[in-house]
Amino acid sequence: MKRLRSSVPTLLAYACALIFFFPVLLLLLTGFKTEAQAYSMPPSLLFTPTLENFARAFEQNYYLYYLSNSIIVVGVSTLLAFALSIPAAFSLAFYPTRRSKDVIFWVLSTRFMPPVGVVVPLYAIFLKISLLDTRTGLILIYTAFSIPLMVLIMRAYYLDLPREIVEAAQVDGASLWRVFFSIAVPLSGPAIASAGLLSLIFVWNEFFFALMLTDTNAPTLPLFMSQSQTSKGLFWANMSASATMAVLPVVVLGWFAQRYLTRGFTMGAVK
Amino acid sequence: MSSIKTQAAPQGAATWGASKKRRTPTGLILPAIVFLFLVTQLPFLLTIFFSLRSWNLLRPDLPQEWVGLENYKSLISDGTLLAAMRNTLVFTGAVVVLSLLLGLGLALLVNRPFPGRGIVRTLLITPMLIMPVVGALVWKNMMLHPVYGAVPWALSKFGIQEVDVLAQNPMMGVVGISVWQWTPFMMLVLLAGLSSVDETTLEAARIDGASRWHEFWYVVLPHLSSYATVAVLLGTLFLLPTFDTLYVATGGGPGFATTNLAYAVYKIAFANYDVGLSSALGLINAVFSLAVCFILIRVIGRIFARGEVLQ
Repeated sequence: MKRLRSSVPTLLAYACALIFFFPVLLLLLTGFKTEAQAYSMPPSLLFTPTLENFARAFEQNYYLYYLSNSIIVVGVSTLLAFALSIPAAFSLAFYPTRRSKDVIFWVLSTRFMPPVGVVVPLYAIFLKISLLDTRTGLILIYTAFSIPLMVLIMRAYYLDLPREIVEAAQVDGASLWRVFFSIAVPLSGPAIASAGLLSLIFVWNEFFFALMLTDTNAPTLPLFMSQSQTSKGLFWANMSASATMAVLPVVVLGWFAQRYLTRGFTMGAVK
Repeated sequence: MSSIKTQAAPQGAATWGASKKRRTPTGLILPAIVFLFLVTQLPFLLTIFFSLRSWNLLRPDLPQEWVGLENYKSLISDGTLLAAMRNTLVFTGAVVVLSLLLGLGLALLVNRPFPGRGIVRTLLITPMLIMPVVGALVWKNMMLHPVYGAVPWALSKFGIQEVDVLAQNPMMGVVGISVWQWTPFMMLVLLAGLSSVDETTLEAARIDGASRWHEFWYVVLPHLSSYATVAVLLGTLFLLPTFDTLYVATGGGPGFATTNLAYAVYKIAFANYDVGLSSALGLINAVFSLAVCFILIRVIGRIFARGEVLQ
């Protein structure tokens, strides 16, 4: 009886995991079905998997084109955001001034701004300087939206580093740049992993700016998926195959880097 | 900005470097600030400017000129603005509260050792990693579809027939999809809180004869409150401008039933290429979001204080 009672929460946990994962499971399975099988209810679990939908997604839908745009935009904006955030966080953590608190608050406040508050002028400016519908334009915006969280996480991490390390280097006469490049940056691994992961997930999945500011030259994967609704909303198997390929990179990355995910959320924020 | 040490200095930094000659490495922080200003603040200032002017990209024949508060007046008289504000609050509030409660439940379930815990955790966090556009596509087409969807099929087994959530109760539908997406986030933050509960305090409570329930209410919950605060604030911040889920699942409709402020900008202004009108709505949106966040910080601060009294 006692064993039974203690196994109830465990069974409940299994059930919840199944319920929450079910839509994803359905998506993964449907990609390997034929269109006829895709519509059968209850969903058939035993079927002969076919790779046809994946092959078709590659052939017809310019999946690779959207994918390459996504990879370039995510990669470059994340690197650029790090290049700007790490020095800023380093400075805020190790060389605080009376303005530091204001600066941190201001940086954060830029993230409070809803995208619709800036999208119209960005559209007008991009139109003027020929950045509309370019990857460069998207990269600039995503970089700006990644910086606040990165600064916050990196700074929190630096505050936890033992001061003696930097102090000792300073006593030895190391210059600011030397301290930065040979001490702070090499020690930043875990914080970079957390901040980078969060920024990567955000940019990979971002839809609003991509929809507003790109068309045929720089569309990313979320646009590819939203367009699949009109063009093949009734072809579930085909849609599922494309969707699986669109979400898989980030899902797998998130699975394997779970602890960095949690740390990213709580670092900086809880402080 | 010079060598003066102030209370703004974070803990630990106070003693360090105080006696030494210290130059503020402005060069390290300036690039980030300039960049943020150019990409987020400058456009915002332009939003204010544009919102006071008439400018339609589709009508180059019409003059671009100052119209004062005309754009705001036409938005307010339209009536959709109020509906959009109400929808924004209902949607954000419902998703944050429901996903927080569900997240707390799941965090408590997963915070004990049991076989397969790692896999359960991995499966549970997956919705958070799914592209919202894809999440909405799957829910709309394969889960909630009135004929072929999994949810109506499951409900029909319990004798509930002909369920078409997105048509019958669209707000409930999009809230449900977003709760699915956001519960893992709440769970992860609360799990971090649960795993840092002080064991010795729990021990002491147990020795004093506290029941499981008292343990949870007087020790665990007060400890979780700061984590819950972070979860609620971040959740609100990200959910207020929700766009993708609405775009795919309902298109803001039927009518304006699921049109929030962000979607309204797209729907009634941006789709018409009216720069003035959409800027005015964008500005209202920004002010609204800031107001909600500040009120939230205040309210949570008060609940927080009460939590400490309870302790």
